[in-house]
Formats: sequence, structure tokens, C-alpha cells
Amino acid sequence: MITVKKLVKRFGLKTVLRGVDFEVQPGEFVALLGPNGAGKTTFLRILASLSRPSLGQVTVAGHQLPHEAAAVRARLGVVSHLPLLYGDLTAEENLRFYARMYGITNFQARITEVLEMVGLENRRHDLVRTFSRGMQQRLAIGRAVLHDPEVILFDEPYTGLDQDASAMLDEVLKTVAAKGRTVVMTSHDLARAEDLATRFDILSRGVIAASAKHEELQNSNLLSFYKEALAA
Amino acid sequence: MNKTEPRPTSQPLQGSFVKAVSAVVWKDLQAEFRSRELFSAMLVFSLLIILIFNFALELDIKTRQSVTSGVLWATFAFAGTLGLNRSMAIEKDRGCMDGLLLAPVDRSAIYFGKVISNLTFMLIVEVIVLPVYSVLYSINLFQPGLLLVILLGSIGYAGVGTLLSAMSVQTRTRDILLPILLFPVVIPVILSAVKASGGYLEGLPFEEILSPLSLLIAYDLIFIAVAFMVFDNVVEE
Repeated sequence: MITVKKLVKRFGLKTVLRGVDFEVQPGEFVALLGPNGAGKTTFLRILASLSRPSLGQVTVAGHQLPHEAAAVRARLGVVSHLPLLYGDLTAEENLRFYARMYGITNFQARITEVLEMVGLENRRHDLVRTFSRGMQQRLAIGRAVLHDPEVILFDEPYTGLDQDASAMLDEVLKTVAAKGRTVVMTSHDLARAEDLATRFDILSRGVIAASAKHEELQNSNLLSFYKEALAA
Repeated sequence: MNKTEPRPTSQPLQGSFVKAVSAVVWKDLQAEFRSRELFSAMLVFSLLIILIFNFALELDIKTRQSVTSGVLWATFAFAGTLGLNRSMAIEKDRGCMDGLLLAPVDRSAIYFGKVISNLTFMLIVEVIVLPVYSVLYSINLFQPGLLLVILLGSIGYAGVGTLLSAMSVQTRTRDILLPILLFPVVIPVILSAVKASGGYLEGLPFEEILSPLSLLIAYDLIFIAVAFMVFDNVVEE
């Protein structure tokens, strides 16, 4: 579903990604872990077609970036630590706006369906700026799945959430966003990543330093795998 | 979503340009009519400028006529900068610009949507400022020719201003950077607009106004065409 070969990204003289090779099979949930500044967000922004690769080959859902960016974006949903929602619009108006941007027909029924899925049906007419951070993040997931994408990218979705809101987001993430889709998530929350993901890739110094499937970690835990990968 | 549920009918790549432009305009107008942040800032600022000029210049009627076009365009330009900055800051601060860029539409649709909404805000402010100016300076500004020049000048200003605000909003010094970038670039539009407006106010024959008017139209077309071509590169990292 996602294939990345020898990806290099430079900002001026600074090289952030130094030849990343990365592959995700359909239905896989990959947690991309790594220290601050490792290039996780930059990598995800390239997959989302928000940033142009300096060198290398990136294919998402059978379409090559950056040449077929519009086709990739139609099959992609993104949730970041920012909600990507307008505070002065209601929940329903925000979803209606994105439905029109994605060319969704019969969007009223789909908006109701999505609001029910993320548990915000009874707040549909409230302004988003009156929502708690957790509710905004749930609505952000609703926005990301509105067009039923095949691939979902999560960039630190738990940032700024308390324990209760994180637990509620876990539920929405498992039942709404990740179910039946291919997912790549960056996170610093190793416990949550271990619970959700089927594979763990460690991005360090601009390359994938280690990769392991969930079942391969049975004799150790994710934290020790992560530390070993960074120490190597 | 469970894959057994029916998929939403999505036609993201088919003739979505106009729909995307109208969606961006609808979203901007809806949000602004609810908050009135951008509009009230522009309006209050414009009214203060024309009041200050009125007290500062203390002009006789004849001189007032000769400075009117300059005062008007200085007012529109400064107020317009406030609006452009705020309009793009709304997109940037909550990550909404990424939300727009993630939509499977030609990115120039986002540019044209923002231009139309910025232009609408400018025109609404101008519609309110013009009668106030007419009363304060005892000048009739409601001449079809002058209104046409104001429309054309505002189109050029919003066209180039939207592009440059998309650039400046990505910097920490966006409030200062936008006027520094914008005013040198937009000088041809402002000069042509001032000249054409002055011509109409002084009652010059159309042949004499035609030259600045043609320049204004040409600059509008050039600026919008250039912005259309480079917007994608400006917003992508």
C-alpha cells in the first residue's frame, strides 16, 4: 500500500531524511517511533503530499508522489496534533466544508454517520471552539475518515490529551479510523503504540534503524526494543 | 469505518474546481460573519485613517478633491493588509492550511477561493467607507467609473496580497513581513488605481483615464496569472 525507496529530504543544507526505505502492506498498522528531531513528522508530511521529497521514490495506494498527488490525497486521511478544524464553524459545518472539498455526494447522510461514529452527534450544531481538546481530536478523526480513505496517517494524535481523553481517543481510533485501513502513526507513547500497532519501525538519524512485528516482540517489550534500536 | 458499510460516494477528481472554490469562499464568509474579527478590524482601521486624514489635512474643497484618490487608496491598502494577514493566520494557526492542502483538488482552487473571500471583505469595507468619506470630505464618490476603478484595484490587491500572505504566514514575523513584501510589489496596481481614480474625480475625459485604467487591468491579469502558476510551489514545503 505504501512503498518508499531511498527517500532523502533536505531543508537547505540540513538533511532530515537520509535514504529511508519503508514498506507497508494493506491492512498493516505501523507505529513509527523515534526521538524528537528524527524526521517522523517530515516523513509523514511527505507521505501526505504536503512536502516534496528531495530524492527517492514514494508510492501511496498505487500512485506515485509528487506527480499523482491529487490521486493520493483522495485515498488518504490525516490526523495530526492540530485539529485542522475551524473554530468559528460548527462540527457539522466543518464536516460539510471538507465533504465539499473531497467532492462527496450525498454528504449529509455521511456527516451524520461520521458524527455518530465519533460520538459527537448531539454536539453537531456547536462551534468547534467550544469543544474540549479530546472532542476536537475525535472530530478530527471524523474529518479524516469522511471520504473513507484506504490509508490513514496519524501524527502524534495524543499530544495535549489527558488520560480520559486519550482512552476515549483509543477507542475511536480502533473502531473508526484504523478498522480495515492501512495506518501509519507516529507517537512518543510507547504503551499506546504497543497496544495498537502490528509493526514498529524506529526512525533515527534520518533512517529506519530497526523494524519488528508485534509477534516478534513476545520475549521483550517495545521499550527495550526501542532503546536497543537507538543505541545501535 | 467498518468495511462492510457502504462507502460514501466520492468524486474527488471530477470537475471539482468550481465546487472547491465555492466551498472555500462559503467557509470563509460563514466563519467571518459569525466572528466578525477580520471585518471589524479592517473597518475600524479604515474609518480611523480617514478621520485622521480629515483632521490632519484641514483642506479646502478643491484640494480635498485632488488628495481624495491618494487618501482612499492608502486607506484601502493598509486596511487590506490587516485583512489578508488575519485571513491567512486563521488557516495557519489551527493547521487548517494543511487540511486545505490535503484535499484532492487543484491547489489553485484554494488560491482563488481565498482571493474571492479576501476581495469580498475588502469590498464590504469599501462600501461602508465610501459614504462616510463622502460626508466627511463633502465629495461625491458614487460615480460608476470610480467604483469600477475601486473594484479593479481591489482585485489586483487581493490577488497579489493573497499569494504573498500565503508566503509570509509561514514565518514568525508574518505581521511585519506581509506589508514589507506586499507594498513594493503592489505599487503598480496602487499607482494606476490612484491615477485612474483621480482622473474620474477631476472629471477628466475618458481618453486621459484610459491609459491608467488599461494598466490596472493588465496588472490585475498579470498578477493573478503569476499567482495561479506559483501558488502550489509557495504552499508546498
